[in-house]
Amino acid sequence: MSQIIWGAYAQRNSDDHPPAYTPGYKTSVLRSPKNALIAIGETISEVTAPHFSADQFGPKDNDLILNCAKAGLPVGERVIVHGYVRDQFGRPVKNALLEVWQANASGRYRHPNDQFIGSLDPNFGGCGRMMTDENGFYIFRTIKPGPYPWRNRINEWRPAHIHFSLIADGWAQRLISQFYFEGDTLIDSCPILKTIPSDEQRRALIALEDKSNFIEADSRCYRFDITLRGRRATYFENELH
Amino acid sequence: MKAWKFEELHETPSQTGGPYVHIGLLPNQAGIDVFENNFNNDLLKNNPQGQRIRLEGQVFDGIGVPLRDVLVEIWQADANGVYPSQADFQDKPVDEKFHGWGRAGADFKTGVWYFDTIKPGAVPGRKASIQAPHINLIIFARGINTGLNTRVYFEDEMDANAKDPVLNSIEWEPRRQTLIAKREERDGQVVYRFDIYVQGEKETVFLDI
Repeated sequence: MSQIIWGAYAQRNSDDHPPAYTPGYKTSVLRSPKNALIAIGETISEVTAPHFSADQFGPKDNDLILNCAKAGLPVGERVIVHGYVRDQFGRPVKNALLEVWQANASGRYRHPNDQFIGSLDPNFGGCGRMMTDENGFYIFRTIKPGPYPWRNRINEWRPAHIHFSLIADGWAQRLISQFYFEGDTLIDSCPILKTIPSDEQRRALIALEDKSNFIEADSRCYRFDITLRGRRATYFENELH
Repeated sequence: MKAWKFEELHETPSQTGGPYVHIGLLPNQAGIDVFENNFNNDLLKNNPQGQRIRLEGQVFDGIGVPLRDVLVEIWQADANGVYPSQADFQDKPVDEKFHGWGRAGADFKTGVWYFDTIKPGAVPGRKASIQAPHINLIIFARGINTGLNTRVYFEDEMDANAKDPVLNSIEWEPRRQTLIAKREERDGQVVYRFDIYVQGEKETVFLDI
C-alpha cells in the first residue's frame, strides 16, 4: 500500500468515561450540562492539533525532584514514573505533550487556594512536562504525593494521585485525567474515581509498581500507560475532504 | 466457556482537572516559577498575519455564578483558514508565525478569561462544504469530569454562519445562538465576547467531537 489516508477518529465511547452529572462528586451538580452533548461529524478542526517541539522545554522540566529545588532536595519518596502513550488501535503516539501536576509528600499543593495544614515544601513545586518519543515513551521523576483531605463530604480524602494532561495529534484526543498508585486503600472510597462507571476503566488509572526498574539506593518506579482515541484509515470515499 | 471477543484498547478515562489545574497547566498563575517558556493566552506573540482580535468571556454555573477556577484552551486556523498542524490536509501554505493554540485561566476574582489572537479564516467542512470562521474551545475545571468542547462563531459573519454545516446540524435553532460571539469595539480594539453557560436556561451547546 502506498500512502495511508486518515479518516476520522473513532467515536468516544461515553460508557468508558464518567458522565457529567455525578452527584456523589458534589461540585459536578451545578457544573454539568442538562442537555445532551451534540455529536458532530469530524472536520479538519477536530483532527488537527498544535505542535510542540522538544527545544521549547528546559532540561529539568520532567524532573520534579530538582526543577524547584533551591536550598536542598524535597522531602519524600523518590519515584520514577514511565510508560507508553498509544492510540486505541495500539499505535504509538509520538511527540505528544504530557503535562503533570501534583501535591507534595504532605498532600499539600503549591496553590494560593490550598489551605490544608500539611506543610509546604520549599524545594518542591509540583509540576512538570515532557514530550513522548518516537515509541510513545515518556518518563519523569518526582516525589510521591501524599493523600489529602477535601470538602465533599466533610471527611473525604483523595488517594495519592498525579494529574496529567495530553495534547497529541488531533484536538479530538485532548484529555485530562489522574493516575493513582497500586495498593492505595483510599482508591476504593474515592467519589471522584467512582464517577467512572466500570471497574476495568477505574483500574486503567492505577500505576503499577515496576520492581525490576527500581534504582538501587535511589528511586522506586511505577509503570503507567495511557490510551488515546485513534484514527481509522480511509479506503473508499473520504468525507473529511 | 467464554465467547471469542474482539478486544481493542479503551481510551484512558477522563477525570476532573480539579481546583488546582493551574499548577500544571499555568504555573505562573499559581505563583510557581519553574519553566523558562510558559504557555499563555497570547497567540499574537510572533506577529502573525490577520485581523487582531480579543476573545473574552466568563463561564457560568447552573445558578449563574462565574467559575473562577476554570481553564480555557482554544485551537484555531490562521487568517487563511489553514491549521498549523501536520494533520491539515489542504494544499495551502500555513502562516509560519501562527501557533493556533493558547491557554488561559479565569481571573481568580472575576472569572474573566481572554485571548489575544487573530480572526481565523474559513476552513473546509466535510464533503467539500465550507465552514464559517470559528475557534474550537475546551473548558476544564473542578466539577467538570470530562473537558467540555464547544465552538466560537462570530456575529459579523452572518452569511457564513447561516451556511455552516455544524451550526445547521443543531436541530434546535435557538440553541445555535449560544455559539455566536458578540462583537464590540473598545479603544479601537475589536473584542468578541463569548460567555459560556454550563447549565440552565441559557445553556451553551457542547459538542461530542
